[in-house]
Amino acid sequence: MAKLPFVPPKPPPLDKLKKDITQHEAWKSIFRHGYQDNQRNRALQIVDNVFLHLHPVRVTRHATNYAYTWGMGGITFLLFIVLTITGIILMFYYRPTEAFAFGDMKALMNDVSFGPLIRNMHRWGAHAMVITVMLHMFRVFLTGSYKPPRQFNWGVGVILLLLTFLLSFTGYLLPWDQLAIWAVTVGTNMARAVPLQGSEGPFSNYLGLRPDNDIRFILLGGTMVGEPTLLRFYVGHCIFLPFIAATLMAVHFWRVRKDGGISGPVMDTKASAGAKYIAEQMAQKRLAQIKGVSTNGNGKAAPAKAPAAPKPAAAPVAAKPAATGGAAPAAGAAPGGAKAPPPWLKK
Amino acid sequence: MGEAFHNFWLIVSKPDNIPIVLMMILISYYCWLAYSQARRNDRKGIQEAQEADKVQVWPYLVKIEFLATILVLIILTVWSITINAPLEEPANPTLTPNPSKAPWYFLGLQEMLVYFDPWIAGVMLPTFILVGLILIPYIDINPKGNGYYTFKERPFAISVFSIGFLILWVALIVLGTFMRGPGWYFFWPWEFWDTHRIVALTNVDFFDWIFGIPSKNIDGSFNLLQVGLGALLVGGFLVGVPMWIWKKYKTVSPILKEMGVWKFAGAAGLFMMMAGLPIKMFLRLAFNIKYVWVFGIGHDLFFNI
Repeated sequence: MAKLPFVPPKPPPLDKLKKDITQHEAWKSIFRHGYQDNQRNRALQIVDNVFLHLHPVRVTRHATNYAYTWGMGGITFLLFIVLTITGIILMFYYRPTEAFAFGDMKALMNDVSFGPLIRNMHRWGAHAMVITVMLHMFRVFLTGSYKPPRQFNWGVGVILLLLTFLLSFTGYLLPWDQLAIWAVTVGTNMARAVPLQGSEGPFSNYLGLRPDNDIRFILLGGTMVGEPTLLRFYVGHCIFLPFIAATLMAVHFWRVRKDGGISGPVMDTKASAGAKYIAEQMAQKRLAQIKGVSTNGNGKAAPAKAPAAPKPAAAPVAAKPAATGGAAPAAGAAPGGAKAPPPWLKK
Repeated sequence: MGEAFHNFWLIVSKPDNIPIVLMMILISYYCWLAYSQARRNDRKGIQEAQEADKVQVWPYLVKIEFLATILVLIILTVWSITINAPLEEPANPTLTPNPSKAPWYFLGLQEMLVYFDPWIAGVMLPTFILVGLILIPYIDINPKGNGYYTFKERPFAISVFSIGFLILWVALIVLGTFMRGPGWYFFWPWEFWDTHRIVALTNVDFFDWIFGIPSKNIDGSFNLLQVGLGALLVGGFLVGVPMWIWKKYKTVSPILKEMGVWKFAGAAGLFMMMAGLPIKMFLRLAFNIKYVWVFGIGHDLFFNI
């Protein structure tokens, strides 16, 4: 039988177009990796994306278990983003003065296209955020997730809870209606009673504190809720508090990663002691890394510190071992006369 | 019946009160979710997570986040289309509404004003709540129950926090919103919020009520016997009880031994302050007790508790 010559099949016409586009310099400068479903691309999808790289590439299975996490931390963050966006839109239509504030609200509700929708989303989103942040705290407590090594991050979370209340409270005044000023009046009246600082608090008479020179006066910019209060709460609500909250959120999320990711049942019932041990190891390894870097910076060779110098110390993966029991025994060989790993870590 | 609850329905369906109804539903659901998992874990034990159990974030976690985002945005959008945020009459500093209420999430604190003076209810208690919350991880030395739902392994911690959150925070918010009417008087759900209601209350101080020892002498100065007894009572409650427990159990209890005196003092002090709130609430509501300890210095410095 005569051999037939091989004729390659003609590619469909769109394939060439697709190839032209995806091979183009401009395309490749934006998208750094392909989209075939393989492990490498899945990892790159996270690592190469500025928003997604908040996440690690892999998480323990229970971190995706909704019944465990409730997703309330993430939903709180989502609501913060929604509130930022709707808040910026609202700022285009609102002037924080006695003369304009209420009228601007009326105009927003009656004249501005989608004005009511944006305002309602902002208000209901704010209420929802207070609820979700409380539920997040409740979940973190019930799962004991504040235990070592996450003690500090719990404290950051408590401050963020307070900031959520303050953000909501300062925003409550801005509509400048009866509901607003009286709710804020009731709330800020408490400042009168601060010991040593309020005009009606303990020791006030001995310090000469009056309604016009105490801490409430500083807070309100006057002896009652008025125009200076409106401006103070406006700037606090739109700039000052969101700035602090965003900064602390960065710390909060970063610490979630550094403390070993979302908490979980990693090392049987002695998890806490194990986590303490790992936190120690992490600190020592960091120290070793820093020392190594500085020696290199002086032009000397990296010192062979300990004969059992840890291989994982160099690997960036080892920087977050607390998520797994498996990484810990390897870290046990860290320099600096580290303690032997607790018995339950040896499998 | 319908008439009786009409007033209650008006309050419940106020736009700004809808979040509280939502919160009650969510908290009930999540309590059930948490405690049912805790019961299952306590019965069957927990599975230790293994390195091999790890899954890739793309798509296993991102997928869930994406769905949750869509769901939350749909709920928020529908909520915002159907219900308008309240906008009342323009601000008028000369017209005080009755009742005047703080935003709903502070109504638990406003409720505490019934039982304590403002410097305690409005300043010290919120401060201690925040400080106490931050200190929890350093006080709670129990290594168990890190990263899973359980009750059996940390019954004290779970009980105290659940009571604190569900009753002293959430339930007081609900009470303050739905059952505190004009004059901050208590109204049952079927009662009409009568702005002219006057309740004749004769509040009495604790030692006057129990031993007939008045807080002040006839000339207006402090009754030193009452001041001394009050100091004994409050000091004994906040400091004496923890000290007695420490003395009695420090050699017996391994927990106390591991805590050491300072951690125990901090934890016990915070706990007794927290326990003081429902005790004072009970004394006020059941016996109209105003203060358990009236004392001060001179004529304008009062520390009534």
